[in-house]
Amino acid sequence: MGQLLLRGMLAGLIASLLAFGFAKIIGEPQVERAIALEGQAHSHSHTGAAETQAEHSHDGNAEAADEPELVSREVQAGAGLLTGVAVYGTALGGLFALAYAFISGRLLHLPPRGTALVLAAIGFLVLYFVPYLKYPANPPAVGQGETIGYRTQLYFAMLVFSLMALAIAVSFGRQAFEKLGGWNASILGAGVYLVLVAVAAYALPAINEVPEKYPADLLWNFRIAALGTQAILWAAIGLLFGWLVVGSRERFAR
Amino acid sequence: MSQSAVISGTSAAPIPLKEILPWAVFAGLLFILAMYFVGIEEGAMSIFNSMYVHEFVHDGRHLLGFPCH
Repeated sequence: MGQLLLRGMLAGLIASLLAFGFAKIIGEPQVERAIALEGQAHSHSHTGAAETQAEHSHDGNAEAADEPELVSREVQAGAGLLTGVAVYGTALGGLFALAYAFISGRLLHLPPRGTALVLAAIGFLVLYFVPYLKYPANPPAVGQGETIGYRTQLYFAMLVFSLMALAIAVSFGRQAFEKLGGWNASILGAGVYLVLVAVAAYALPAINEVPEKYPADLLWNFRIAALGTQAILWAAIGLLFGWLVVGSRERFAR
Repeated sequence: MSQSAVISGTSAAPIPLKEILPWAVFAGLLFILAMYFVGIEEGAMSIFNSMYVHEFVHDGRHLLGFPCH
């Protein structure tokens, strides 16, 4: 079990390097543009603090310097991003290994690599994509500082509902397995999940703090970059973990 | 969602729950704490009273999809 956990963390770490590469190349230009826009708008500052230590400018945009910078933009976009994604990815890989240990041979009767890939696909959909559809990622300066607590609660509420819906769907699927067979039981489970998360998403309040006349392409590009970062992370964890779990003879077999 | 046989081959014997559980509790807590620091610390909630963690992982937080501002 310790071995499995280490492999999960290793898969997560490597996957997070790939995700970092994507976030750096595709995501960072959007973040920079959003911050430059924030500087122009002067509408609100990140922390609400006064203009005390604000000597540092955002890429030559002097207007953007209305907030104190504890960490320079260069560090945020480089070492900070790498650390954040790597810590998150490694932890995710570890949790992935735990989930794998629980479901392998119990819920999923597939060979290791198939199990890992199915688990990654379900994990991505349930833990990221569905909450994202309701409360999508936003670039810096979209979203008000005062509502951060509320927005975080709602985001995690959606995440928990999604996870509970999965648990209910799995138990439905398992009960139907004897009668309906694998395919039909799986489709029934997926249907139950979709109905439950649709109800949850409908019931939870909508949040739209995107300012008037915010550039649509920037918002779209940022959200695609965020989606891609997580998609790469999950896909790579699923593939790498499976690859690490099987024996070396099987690893390179056709 | 439960059992299917789209991919053929043999599945491994399940790892006994008794063996998984202690790992799941300790490592699981540790992993979730790590994610908390990347995702939420010094935003919606705060253990340390600075903005350093928040600012350091700021871009990662936005790009990983956590609510931020």
